[in-house]
Amino acid sequence: MFRRTDPPDCTIVWEGRELPARAGESLAVALLAAGITTFRETPVTGAARGPLCLMGACFDCLVQVEEAQNMQACLVPVTPGLRAQMQHGARGFVEDAA
Amino acid sequence: MSVADEWTAEGAAKPPVAETTDVLVLGAGPAGMAAATEARAHGMRVLVLDENGAPGGQVHRAVEARLAKGAVEKRDAKDDQDKDGAKLAAAFRASGANYRPNATLWAVEPEGKVFWSEGGAARSIQAERLILCAGATERPLPIPGWTLPGVMSVGAAQIALKTGGLVPEGAVWLAGQGPLLWLYAVQALAKGGKIAGIIDLSPPGGLQRARPHLLRALKAPEYLWRGLVWQRQVKRTVRVIPARELRAEGEGRLARILVDGVAHPADLLLLHDGVVPNTQVTRAIAGLTHGWDPVQRCWRPGLDLWGNTAVPGVMVAGDSAGIGGARAAALSGRIAALEAARALGRITTDERDGRAGPLRLLRDRQLAPRLFLDAMFPPLPEAAIPDETILCRCEEVTAGRVRQAVALGCLGANQTKAFTRAGMGPCQGRICGPSVHGVIAAARGVEGGEVDPFRTRFPTKPLTLGELAALAG
Repeated sequence: MFRRTDPPDCTIVWEGRELPARAGESLAVALLAAGITTFRETPVTGAARGPLCLMGACFDCLVQVEEAQNMQACLVPVTPGLRAQMQHGARGFVEDAA
Repeated sequence: MSVADEWTAEGAAKPPVAETTDVLVLGAGPAGMAAATEARAHGMRVLVLDENGAPGGQVHRAVEARLAKGAVEKRDAKDDQDKDGAKLAAAFRASGANYRPNATLWAVEPEGKVFWSEGGAARSIQAERLILCAGATERPLPIPGWTLPGVMSVGAAQIALKTGGLVPEGAVWLAGQGPLLWLYAVQALAKGGKIAGIIDLSPPGGLQRARPHLLRALKAPEYLWRGLVWQRQVKRTVRVIPARELRAEGEGRLARILVDGVAHPADLLLLHDGVVPNTQVTRAIAGLTHGWDPVQRCWRPGLDLWGNTAVPGVMVAGDSAGIGGARAAALSGRIAALEAARALGRITTDERDGRAGPLRLLRDRQLAPRLFLDAMFPPLPEAAIPDETILCRCEEVTAGRVRQAVALGCLGANQTKAFTRAGMGPCQGRICGPSVHGVIAAARGVEGGEVDPFRTRFPTKPLTLGELAALAG
């Protein structure tokens, strides 16, 4: 799918798994570089989705970053050790309040 | 510590935000950078809101970082564009404008009060003049299966290349039409990428359609020359398949594409059908009129010669006013800033006219090839989109359902939205807007100008209560 031409310089944690990344690149780019294409499941039918535009317009790259849900992965810069996971359906208000 | 808190801590190093500013610029692409730099040259206080983390917009994305690595110095096809971007960014950085990266504007009040989110907190400022330079978004190219993971836009892949150094490899296909598709192919190949093939969906007869505009286009021959060079370079190593129909298939992820019924294995499909002005913010401003552009088949804000909209104090520059390319955008930004300087009493009308004259001539030259390019690559016809194709990706509404709504009597996009939920999801119609609009117009058999576009409303980007609470603090 994609191949990196610059070496990774840190790691992030996606769905509990360590992935190589470069600090400062977007989380979406880091996931794509690691071969991840499914970022979320839609609230309407539960279909798998990944990013379309990478420029903040499509909202198809929504993920959970640390405790925050519905984050646009293309607008979240990678910091070393960043933890993220898939966004399943709509934002859950109960977990968010906890 | 939440991610939002960390961002706030990071943001603490930025200059503070005053309560008022002379000029607020939205976006730091070529138009925004040039507008801010010119406005500063006339002593105005300038605040720039940029959704990206660094200046450049989409066309000059990450230009500073790539320059630092020496990548921009190399003689590749992107050379001129990157040199332009590097020059604009350096002048912008030195201008003294208050630059706010990672900042998303979400509201403009009638008297010029602007709200945005930055580092997980909402902020506001009162601005005398607004210069909105929101750029362009890719026109959607809806095909059956385009919601499968593994299908992205060509622009997205270019961003991955510019910001992360990601090159395509494996069964990667490009499909659609337009200059950006060829440019990306050149850039990806130059960086060692591999492309399985290009599905050329452009309507046949492009050169014939474009020929009447050739003489005018030759005022800026570098555009056509570059296009020819790009195509020739790419065709040397990549096979190009002219086609009419394209589908993406797979179980939970892209596995194959069907090109006029012929299957090819695929793990990445990149779609492109040109770009359209980003009018998401301007359409939300009450009283700001827009007109239908029948050639570029898109809405654009109604502007005077200087970039003033119908709303006093609100200006638009660059591709968000109509697609003209990066160089024309930068010139429009400067012209708008000169008018802002005149409006705020920093220069006289004569000074404005004297300085803007040469810029106008330069801009006319940059816009000269536009009619040729528009005739060469007319947007793909929405009437041909199969019923089963999802148009609104957020609410998963198909072209068939939109056509049903039209059959039930829906005349415009807003009525159709109420009937089908198309355009009601988190992207607020950013992606599906042009295709929902086009499908309605085609189904009704009328020109696009007769079909109202999605109405947008503030907040134009989703906002959390947590972010909003910062305004009270």
